[in-house]
Amino acid sequence: MSAILSLRGISKNFGAVAALTDVSLDVAAGQVVAVVGDNGAGKSTLVKVLSGVHSPSAGTITFAGAEVTIGSPAEAHTLGIATVFQDLALCENLDVVENLFLGRELRRGRLDEVAMETRSWELLRELSAKIPTVRIPVASLSGGQRQTVAIARSLLGDPKVIILDEPTAALGVEQTAEVLNLIERLRDRGLGVIMISHNMEDVRAVADRIAVLRLGRDNGVFDAAEVSNETLIAAITGATDNVVTRRASRRESKADV
Amino acid sequence: MSDTTVLPERALDMRDERLRPTAVLDRIRSGDLGVLPIVVGLAVIWSVFQALNPVFLSSANLVNLLMESVSVGVIALGIVGVLLVGQIDLSVGSVSGLSAAITAITYVNAGWSLWLSMAAAIGSGAVIGWIYAQMVNRLGVPSFVATLAGLLGFLGLQLWLLGSKGAVNLPFDSDLVHFAQLAFVPAWLSYVLVAVAAVWIFITGYSLARARRAAGLSARSTKVLVVRSLAVLIGLGFAVWYLNEARGVGWMVVSFVALVLVMNYVLTRTGWGRSVFAIGGNVEAARRAGINVKRMYTSVFMLCSTLAALGGLLAAARLAAANQATGAGDVNLNAIAAAVIGGTSLFGGRGSAFSALLGIVVIQSISSGLTLLDLNSSFRFMVTGLVLALAVSLDSVARRSRAAHGRA
Ligand SMILES: Nc1ncnc2c1ncn2[C@@H]1O[C@H](COP(=O)(O)OP(=O)(O)OP(=O)(O)O)[C@@H](O)[C@H]1O
Ligand SMILES: [Mg+2]
Repeated sequence: MSAILSLRGISKNFGAVAALTDVSLDVAAGQVVAVVGDNGAGKSTLVKVLSGVHSPSAGTITFAGAEVTIGSPAEAHTLGIATVFQDLALCENLDVVENLFLGRELRRGRLDEVAMETRSWELLRELSAKIPTVRIPVASLSGGQRQTVAIARSLLGDPKVIILDEPTAALGVEQTAEVLNLIERLRDRGLGVIMISHNMEDVRAVADRIAVLRLGRDNGVFDAAEVSNETLIAAITGATDNVVTRRASRRESKADV
Repeated sequence: MSDTTVLPERALDMRDERLRPTAVLDRIRSGDLGVLPIVVGLAVIWSVFQALNPVFLSSANLVNLLMESVSVGVIALGIVGVLLVGQIDLSVGSVSGLSAAITAITYVNAGWSLWLSMAAAIGSGAVIGWIYAQMVNRLGVPSFVATLAGLLGFLGLQLWLLGSKGAVNLPFDSDLVHFAQLAFVPAWLSYVLVAVAAVWIFITGYSLARARRAAGLSARSTKVLVVRSLAVLIGLGFAVWYLNEARGVGWMVVSFVALVLVMNYVLTRTGWGRSVFAIGGNVEAARRAGINVKRMYTSVFMLCSTLAALGGLLAAARLAAANQATGAGDVNLNAIAAAVIGGTSLFGGRGSAFSALLGIVVIQSISSGLTLLDLNSSFRFMVTGLVLALAVSLDSVARRSRAAHGRA
């Protein structure tokens, strides 16, 4: 499979902190790549580099065969890279429709509110969103409802690659399943999906490949169907002897007794 | 039948079983105050002054009050814009004074044509706004400080331009002075304008309702639309009739209202306006949505200074002179106070163009009422200060209440 999006040697420094060092990643069309790693591993920073929020300190990004620089979020949109941020990036004072279409309103000279509202309902229905009305400020929505809005927003405008930073973190059982279904539908439609998650079950459920980041560096790319949990955890924490394995063996030895 | 027509299959946006008709009282309690405080405040202020001096609500005084409101009202309209993006412009008074001085100097002393000197004055406003935007965008100077520097600097420039005499009179027969003092809408035309407004409101409401129904969304029933436009017809009609008992409605007032309507359209019905609200609500989210925040700041600061310059021009025209006091004293704070009293939040992202109109009427009512009572500016300052403090407190309390009720 040829990659639609590839990163080579991406580094990002915040002053003295090297948040990303020499990171490479490939996503093909119709493929779900999960990026996992501990807190502060640099996952969100990677997302922000890809969505034009931060520009990388070094490295190259190739999109659809051509080397690109993503200088701003608007450029990421035009390329066809859509992002759901971990902090969602919604405007609390605007209502659901206004948030969904923010920055790409229909008919900017005389807003087409009717078309935007109908399209919003379609999108939300597609996600089985439990949102009573789209004409209330986002501030009145629950955490999961907001997350659904943020996901719905990324689907507008036919992206080619979609990046989800912890998309299921705030979601209930049904919505989580819905989002996982959605990710599979996006893959079947031929989109490249980058999904960031701490939930190994979710990752295993949908990902084709799993890339591990540790302290801002690549720590292995695994085939989701073959890799064992132990290997993944070892890659995430950086050792075979770590808090997680010690805990697991403690429980096993208890069970043996 | 209720406010919304129920379609055979329920409207697309009305299917959730948790939806219930929201009572007005609920919304107010949750901090979604709308224009209610200002209408109540205005009613109180008018009753008190009317009780103290029966001249206050006379046609003649109201005509005057409206004419006096326009120049600062125009300035306040620009302030609404900067407040909405969560910034501030403290220099609008000085900019308006400078614009008055430029008009007077070029038109009277240098003999330019009226249009050219007006263009120069308003253009200088636009340039000043551009400079502020560059300071904010490129250097990261808080707008509070950048415009505070401008407040002093442009006051100095105004005084220097006016020179030792300190005042330049505008000729009474110039179009500008005529416009600001003597141009009134003929009675018949004022009624035609009211009728046009009412019909316009009905037509836009009706076509929106039809489009919504066609798309399967809930919509206002025709009955509600008719009632609304009749209310406008009767309310505005009465106001115009009352003003026509004296000199009538000034063209300057009509122009101000038109400007407010245009601003309202731009803020609520265009992508630019949507971006303004988004930036005021959450700059980072706006930036990530692909909005060019710097360019938006530039346009908003330029709009504000341009409107301030226009306001200064009108103030000079109203006075038939540009002097050292034009734009000085309380103009600055009145303009900002008008926007806030009218309901535009100091915290950004909430407000409307109408707050400039409503706010300036409150401030001008206080000023006019106290003048009628022969109380000098010391009282005016104190009362306006008090009303501003009230309005800002209300803004903060409403914000807290909204936060508690999850309404941003
Ligand atoms: N704007 C910033 N300025 C300075 N340092 C930053 C900035 N953003 C992130 N960092 C640092 O970069 C590192 C990686 O942060 P990042 O948010 O990418 O982690 P993450 O993998 O998303 O963690 P989590 O799982 O908690 O979301 C952290 O050490 C963080 O402190
Ligand atoms: Mg993160």
